[in-house]
Amino acid sequence: MSISLLLYGLVAICATAMVITRTAAVHALLYMVVALLALACVFDTLGAPFAALLEVIVYAGAIMVLFVFVVMMLNIGSPAEQREKSWLSGGIWVVPSLLALGLLVTLLIGLRSGAVPAIVQGAAPIGPREVGLALYGPYILTVELSSFLLLAGLVSAFHIGRRIGGAGIAPLHPDGVHVGVNEHRGVDR
Amino acid sequence: MNPNDPGAALAIAVVLFVLGLLGVMVRRNLLFMLISVEIMLNAAGLAFIAAGTRYHMADGQVMFLMILAYAAAEAAVGLAIVLRMHAAGRATLDADTGNRLKG
Repeated sequence: MSISLLLYGLVAICATAMVITRTAAVHALLYMVVALLALACVFDTLGAPFAALLEVIVYAGAIMVLFVFVVMMLNIGSPAEQREKSWLSGGIWVVPSLLALGLLVTLLIGLRSGAVPAIVQGAAPIGPREVGLALYGPYILTVELSSFLLLAGLVSAFHIGRRIGGAGIAPLHPDGVHVGVNEHRGVDR
Repeated sequence: MNPNDPGAALAIAVVLFVLGLLGVMVRRNLLFMLISVEIMLNAAGLAFIAAGTRYHMADGQVMFLMILAYAAAEAAVGLAIVLRMHAAGRATLDADTGNRLKG
């Protein structure tokens, strides 16, 4: 069972490495979906089936679809891919890779020195019932705060995208235009 | 190594986090930087779930749900900013030109 955990983790790591090295955005997003599904398998192996389901539904289902919609709306052509290749060429990988490698070695040494054996051997997985009881029991304030955060995200996303550009692009809301025309007619009469 | 061994899962989480950090540092495209931030948030969620498995408590999954909500809000606002920058006439998604954002 632990071999399957390592296998899923290996798939997730390889797919993530492909994500950060692609030049085409859609290819990176498809590899990201693969990485998220492998990570959902890791969650299920670790005994968290509810988190695995949410990973598939929310991350691979909703957030990645949002990214795909944005890529479709941006209409990135082949010149952008050439530009990405020119950005990624040369020695741009050297210094960030060394920094990231230093962080990786430090964290792995910390993990190894602080490793403790698992208490529970072969315990039952933690299902949605336990998660729901914890979520709406001692963590109810956190649920409220995250609902505030989601509302703030919704309002700010709407505010940022409410009127796109000043370069002759039509406003987003056709009803507003209609009301404006009616008011204008009323003034004329 | 038993099935509930959290050490291997924590190692996977560390590697994923470092890969996401490398993506944020290397890429100049805003879309790829947002994807890399999502990778890092996922790695943090994996660490929480591994810790929840190690102590056999549901708190790890609760914190994973919070991370899910944060990631959704962050993706919505970040993608809205990317769309706004693109619609304002900027041809590329270069992060170095973001200091001219207005409005």
